[in-house]
Amino acid sequence: MTDQLFTTPKEPKPRRPFFLRRGPMENIATAVIGLGFLMLFQPFAMILYTWSLVTLLAGTAMFIIVSKFPE
Amino acid sequence: MDQVTLVTDTNSSFVDKAADAAVRATPTTVANRVRGMSDRSIAWAFITPTIALLLAINIFPLLWAIYLSFTNFRANRPNAAIDNVGLRNYERVLNDADIWQAMQTTAHFVFWTIVLQTVIGFTLAYLIDRKFRGHAFWTTVILIPMMLSPAVVGNFWRFLYQPQIGLFNYIVSFFTGIPPSSFEMLGSVSLAPWAIILVDTWMWTPYVMLICLAGLRSIPDYIYEAAEVDRASGWRQFWSITIPMALPFIMLAVLFRGIENFKMFDMVMLLTGGGPGSTTEVASITLKREAFESWLTGRSSAFAILLFVAVFGLANIYVKALNKVKQR
Repeated sequence: MTDQLFTTPKEPKPRRPFFLRRGPMENIATAVIGLGFLMLFQPFAMILYTWSLVTLLAGTAMFIIVSKFPE
Repeated sequence: MDQVTLVTDTNSSFVDKAADAAVRATPTTVANRVRGMSDRSIAWAFITPTIALLLAINIFPLLWAIYLSFTNFRANRPNAAIDNVGLRNYERVLNDADIWQAMQTTAHFVFWTIVLQTVIGFTLAYLIDRKFRGHAFWTTVILIPMMLSPAVVGNFWRFLYQPQIGLFNYIVSFFTGIPPSSFEMLGSVSLAPWAIILVDTWMWTPYVMLICLAGLRSIPDYIYEAAEVDRASGWRQFWSITIPMALPFIMLAVLFRGIENFKMFDMVMLLTGGGPGSTTEVASITLKREAFESWLTGRSSAFAILLFVAVFGLANIYVKALNKVKQR
């Protein structure tokens, strides 16, 4: 009984590194897609339009990968 | 009670007879083959035709378009040698000022149609949900434009917009006093984009209304009753109950309309054909010109892939947002 009272609590599981966590990485991927989307349709700078596909592709690929990570 | 038993008996004997007939009609070879299959195999047998069809008409053309986007293939020269040009098609599409302009036109069209359709559609759904006398009749009347073919809608709105004989100009003239033949909705650079937005809003607002109505009808009455007990005002109930609970449905409507409007082709083609000049030339019309007028199939494939990636990325964001809203 006393043993049970004095046992030290189990150490919490070590948290996964930031870049392997689904929540924040999904948010980053969403931000990249949003940025690419704005770059594609903005009327201000041609250079942003030129790089929009790369940004969109990077965001979409990232989203597909990180959405498979555990919560 | 006897009657009920009698009816049930009649039904069950009818079902038995039908089952017997089906068993007798099934060829013995087929019956033996199915009897030896596991549930999993039967499930696969049912979904295989659908998967095969999906692969043939969706996945294969997509992969083929990706392949073509890296080549100099021209559909009007099917026997010419196909060379791999690497990323040159993408380079040209992403440095073309006309395509960039078409993207801006598309963005303008998509943004305003979605804003107008969501606001008007939700308002109509909110009013119809009040269940006033004859609300079923008015729901049907409001839904009529959605049931028409875009080709028909495009054609009759072209007549409505005619400056000499069109009804639209006369209505505007009646309310504003401007002479009906003094403005041309489809011929004016500043009015043509709005003319298309108006037609699309007229046609597709009922669709948004229908989805929002489903959302509003799914809100249980007891939540409003509890709010009444807590003396919440109508305004407070609207912002704290109605909007949050109908939000997943509104977002779904926005997603469907957003994706659909990015691909908008038929109505714009029939109304203005992209004109005057290129003021209403949305991305799909530019794509059609590149593919079937200039016959630059490789380049137009690269352009199509660009649009696909944009819509796919947008759909990802929306699905994530939708899941978040549902979890609340």
